[in-house]
Amino acid sequence: MNIHEYQAKQLFLEYGIPVPNGKQAATAQQAVDVAAQLAGDTWVVKAQVHAGGRGKAGGVKVAKSSGEVAEFTKAMLGRQLVTHQTDAAGLPVKQVLIEKTYPIERELYLSLLVDRSSERMVFIASAAGGMDIETVAHDSPEQIQSIKINPITGLQAHQCRTVAYALGLKGKQHQALEKIMRGMVDLFLAKDASQIEINPLIVTNNGELMALDAKINFDDNALALHPDILALKDPSQEDDRENIAQQFGLNYITLEGNIGCMVNGAGLAMATMDLVKLKGGKPANFLDVGGGTNVEKVCEAFKLILSDTHVKAVLVNIFGGIVKCDVIAQGILAAIQEVHVTIPVVVRLEGTNVEEGRALLSNTGLNLYAADDLAHASEQVVALAGEAA
Amino acid sequence: MSILVNKDTKVICQGFTGKQGTFHSQGALEYGTKLVGGVTPERGGESHLGLPVFNTVQDAVTATGATASMIYVPPFYAADAILEAADAGIKLIVCITEGIPILQMLRVKAAIASSDALLIGPNCPGIITPGECKIGIMPGKIHLPGCIGIVSRSGTLTYESVFQTTNEGLGQSTCVGIGGDPIRGMNFIDVLSRFQADDQTKGIVMVGEIGGSDEEAAAEYIEAHITKPVVAYIAGQTAPAGKRMGHAGAIVTGGKGTAEGKVAALKAAGVEVVNSPTDIGVAIKAACK
Repeated sequence: MNIHEYQAKQLFLEYGIPVPNGKQAATAQQAVDVAAQLAGDTWVVKAQVHAGGRGKAGGVKVAKSSGEVAEFTKAMLGRQLVTHQTDAAGLPVKQVLIEKTYPIERELYLSLLVDRSSERMVFIASAAGGMDIETVAHDSPEQIQSIKINPITGLQAHQCRTVAYALGLKGKQHQALEKIMRGMVDLFLAKDASQIEINPLIVTNNGELMALDAKINFDDNALALHPDILALKDPSQEDDRENIAQQFGLNYITLEGNIGCMVNGAGLAMATMDLVKLKGGKPANFLDVGGGTNVEKVCEAFKLILSDTHVKAVLVNIFGGIVKCDVIAQGILAAIQEVHVTIPVVVRLEGTNVEEGRALLSNTGLNLYAADDLAHASEQVVALAGEAA
Repeated sequence: MSILVNKDTKVICQGFTGKQGTFHSQGALEYGTKLVGGVTPERGGESHLGLPVFNTVQDAVTATGATASMIYVPPFYAADAILEAADAGIKLIVCITEGIPILQMLRVKAAIASSDALLIGPNCPGIITPGECKIGIMPGKIHLPGCIGIVSRSGTLTYESVFQTTNEGLGQSTCVGIGGDPIRGMNFIDVLSRFQADDQTKGIVMVGEIGGSDEEAAAEYIEAHITKPVVAYIAGQTAPAGKRMGHAGAIVTGGKGTAEGKVAALKAAGVEVVNSPTDIGVAIKAACK
């Protein structure tokens, strides 16, 4: 799960990580009031969306008067911000963050994440801050310093020193960096984060370190342990259908094709999408109905697929392990009746209770095609979608 | 021979009396697995499915001599269950549970590194040696004792591979579902090395997916150490970057972990990579000739 920058900065403050003075605003008047409270003569207005690349997309502006604060805020609020990290529709801006500006001497990069290959929490640091870190890693890997944290001993002082030297920090900045790194580790562990990124971490002209931007992702598997974090969720930043899917325990991702897919198991769901493409079609979604499913869940999965008006045909591919084929068949029939499905549905069932499942789907008088072979099922659904398009 | 489990493997179930534990313990018993009991705290001394229930894994091990455990406890209890099994001297821990927080798994992996326990999973279908021992949630009857070793990050794609190798008349020596989480127990290489050493295994099917670099590591290992034919399939060629495809570990980030990269690495290592998941059976049959 992602949160907004202003929320991440509040968490940073709780964990002793310095951030610019600032506050979020949901109206132009609030923005002007915040600017007045902050004092000074320039402010930065930052659109709050769950995506990077805001600056280039016009979502970050420096205002030189309270009039400009109001003007920029008005221009951002209520619009869809399209960045290189969003889709073409962009994300809605419902709040802006108004911050004091600081004279910047240097921009650094610091992030903490779980590295799957080493199975460790890892700090990534670079003196080349403010840039896309993946580009830096690719073009000049020598500018990247990484530090692995042993889960038994935790973050050590020498590791903080190593990062401080790599970043070219001096004197008291070493202690300031160690405080920031320890704050990041504490926050990460306490809230089950999956990534904390500060880009840029700035050095101000009087030598202070400060997180100018803040991005935190949380481990979805641990959210139930952290109601305070879950409360920060902003569904407006996510796909509507993906939100509905979550409520029913379904894994759903919207894609751009016209063949709906309903599959059990993440791997098989990916493989089914690949197969549809291989046969010349385009999958409309990824949908894993998961294990331990029931009629209601399958029914909801079906409604979800059909709520996408681009979908011209549906491929149901079930290999029963936990999920029994007759349960899936009942779900399909129930959904077709409830949602009044008219587009063709190709069903491929295999595994536990397959005969019962196929029997239920035969001779229904519905627009149903029972297939027993995945290759043929995918060919068939591509052909049917082609006819309907 | 087979790898890791056979007809003599004594197995217990953690989370034995729960819904999932009960359902899949029944399945294991019906398949002929030597299930010797189970663990549910506060239920010790009772009988369940005709087998003894113990309060702790240590009690179960002492009483039954079990060397393997299958875990069906809810996600927030699973890390503790894995560590309990390791502490009690269980040699093969199979954790089916999905949804364990990654930081918990990170600590579990560090802790069991100093024990001699092997962990399969979490978030996996388990392990089966056809005709001998089924530890997990796979449908037993699609399997056939035979000569193909299968290792996969995906449960249902393991079943696909099993189904196809059964239809080709090859059967399986052992099938290991290593799981879809980013941090897990045994990895491709741990299983591949055992298939290489196993006389019964004549060919290997490896099913990977997007995310991480374990397939790339496996490709290097195969090139250096595996002489048996390997057929691979990588799922997620059409998956959009930055989106988690069901499995916690199936995500392409920063251009890393793509299907293309994995396919290229495996091909460079001399592995036959099939484009379609429906070609796995035919390809391994041809490769084993």
